[in-house]
Amino acid sequence: MALQLRRKTHESVIYIDRDSAPRIMPSGEDFILEDLPIGTRVLYPNPPLKGLPNREAAIRYALNHPHGCDPLFAQLEPGMKVTIAVDDISLPLPPMATPDIRQTILEIVLDMLAGHGVDDVHIIIANSLHRKMTPWEMKRMVGSRIYDEYYPDRYYNHDAEWNEGMIKIGETRHKEPLNLNRRAAESDLLIYANINLVPMDGGHKSVAVGLCDYVSLRAHHEPQTIRDSDSYMDPARSELNNKCVRLGKLVDEHVNVFHIETAINNRMYKGDMDFLLKNEDDFTAFDRMKFEAMRYAMSKLPRQARRKLLHSRPAQYEMTACHAGKTEPVHEKIIAKGFEQYAIPVRGQCDILITGIPDISPYNVYSILNPLLVQVMALGYHFNFYRNKPLLKKGGVLIVQHPCYDEFDHKFHPSYIEFFNRLLPETRDAFVLREKYEEEFANNPSYVEMYRRGNAYHGAHPFFMWYWGENGRQHVGKVIVAGAENAHVPAMLGWERADNLTEAIAMARSYMGSSAEITMLHQPMIGIADME
Amino acid sequence: MAAAAFYDLEGTLVSTNLVHTLAFYAKNQPGLLSSLRKSATTLLSLPVFAVTDQYSRKVFNDLFFQSYKGQTEDRMRFFAHELFETILKPAVFPGAYELIEKSRSLGLRQVVVTGALDLSVKPLMDHLGIADYVANHLEFVNGVATGRLLPPVLAAATKASWIRQFAEREGINLSDSYAYSDSMSDLPMLSVVGHPAAINPDMRLRQTALHHDWPILNLK
Repeated sequence: MALQLRRKTHESVIYIDRDSAPRIMPSGEDFILEDLPIGTRVLYPNPPLKGLPNREAAIRYALNHPHGCDPLFAQLEPGMKVTIAVDDISLPLPPMATPDIRQTILEIVLDMLAGHGVDDVHIIIANSLHRKMTPWEMKRMVGSRIYDEYYPDRYYNHDAEWNEGMIKIGETRHKEPLNLNRRAAESDLLIYANINLVPMDGGHKSVAVGLCDYVSLRAHHEPQTIRDSDSYMDPARSELNNKCVRLGKLVDEHVNVFHIETAINNRMYKGDMDFLLKNEDDFTAFDRMKFEAMRYAMSKLPRQARRKLLHSRPAQYEMTACHAGKTEPVHEKIIAKGFEQYAIPVRGQCDILITGIPDISPYNVYSILNPLLVQVMALGYHFNFYRNKPLLKKGGVLIVQHPCYDEFDHKFHPSYIEFFNRLLPETRDAFVLREKYEEEFANNPSYVEMYRRGNAYHGAHPFFMWYWGENGRQHVGKVIVAGAENAHVPAMLGWERADNLTEAIAMARSYMGSSAEITMLHQPMIGIADME
Repeated sequence: MAAAAFYDLEGTLVSTNLVHTLAFYAKNQPGLLSSLRKSATTLLSLPVFAVTDQYSRKVFNDLFFQSYKGQTEDRMRFFAHELFETILKPAVFPGAYELIEKSRSLGLRQVVVTGALDLSVKPLMDHLGIADYVANHLEFVNGVATGRLLPPVLAAATKASWIRQFAEREGINLSDSYAYSDSMSDLPMLSVVGHPAAINPDMRLRQTALHHDWPILNLK
């Protein structure tokens, strides 16, 4: 009876019973079918909110009806210096079908600027210490018309290591320093166009993080801040957010920022892959056929080809809201819209949390989900998708499904390789790593050059990835990785391994007890467990 | 303990190689006929140079520097500055300045270890602000080049030996030091430091760098 009652709590919360279908789980570039124990709670993404029928009209309305400041057109004067900053390729995930929302915003804003005699316009990708986007990616993001007109002199990536290109803004009352992109900071008007995928995105983080340098980032991208964030997906209880707000207020004292934020729904896939977002019990014969066809095709391909195939599938996100104006009121409205899409009411923590790791993360677009990124997706993003309290009890077991292959992208993640092979065997203590090695990596001339002239993540970035998993690491009692194809990667990460999910669940139960409550996040999903 | 950054020069910090320098001197012979003859000889020798370089850097050096036989020292010195201004300076990779600047800001000694000729390298070193460099020396008898190099001939393992001796003499910790090269022939030099990196590498060095997880830089 209990099972029957529990099935009714919310459309996104499903309980496994005797006649439930097996569940589809991502495992890197693969999708596997797993029978889950009876009573397992499965969280699905909420159904997508309806997208706005006229994206252009919504953006124009937002520009003309801003929050906390004059409309954009009223702030423009002929001859003024304007910089438009946009989010980088880490948003949204996977990269969305064209035209990208940023393209639409830019087309409207650039027309408006031209109409008001504003010619000195630069477009800067606010990639912070992320890898610089390639010309192909930049073109895809803004469309060929803007690309051809502005690239490369007036449309480029932010370079946090170009000393002349940075300017000191000051420091907060907590002595957090802030250096910003000089062009952006010295503009008469800085327009920021954002896409908000998760609640951690947007707001003051956009400018204060996206356009800063390593020294500035070091003040808040550190283990204690992450430990004090409960969680960093919940802005109200995120120390990371508090620090970004402090820095953002400092930005507002020096720079006139006009923020354009957008919210999107969670329609990651549609058409041939939409079944990945559905409850397997509701599968039609056609859904089953699509899954089997995909599984068969994938089984015939090598891993690199599977990865390429998955990365070639753009997300079908639709814009659900657009607000513009001063950063804080705009962000407040967008965050509310985001939670409307993502919040899943959940009662009761679980003892064992299962999550499959898909080949999707902000840091491996068109690249490899290396072991450090598997770590950050498991203990960072997936663990932190909660509000009020963690979905997993303190000391519980996190089961991760992923092959954990020992593969790295030499072009995008060179410093990750050294971090993984040289530092992790010595210590996994985030504080020791930060004190002893972070600056060495950040200043390594090879990594600096690869960031500046290539497409490499900054030398300090693997440290941030490790800190990103810090509150998860402190909270869980054990991590078991199911389906790991080797022993050394899980061991290096401090995890146990199991051949498959069944074995992993048995191991977890031997640790947590046979009556342990199990919950699975049905990946790929973007959802926030809104804990009662 | 101090540390250093060791650089190969040609192909690493500048896009030119030994042949560019040779061609420059061939073009600037006393007399038009002499220049034409020397330039043509250099041009015809290119395939041989390419093959021997793939086979052995030592054999390449023995063969290559024979081309300087008969050239006078004062003439080579006279044209060194022009060589720098017209050939070497425009060939410095844009990223080379950044790499050296960043490296210097970390307090690393800047050292160039090159198989090029000392005569041609000096103005470039002055331009880059690098005081510590070692290059090959042509043997001159009565002011005329014999086509042989004075020992030690800097190539392959000799570069690594020189770096070891330099480190010992100057109190440099090689584990904390960096080395940069574009060529597989510099594998020994890359192997003696704690932080090796390949710059614009040839195919063989690229494969080696990938195999050893060394950073691969593009300074172009």
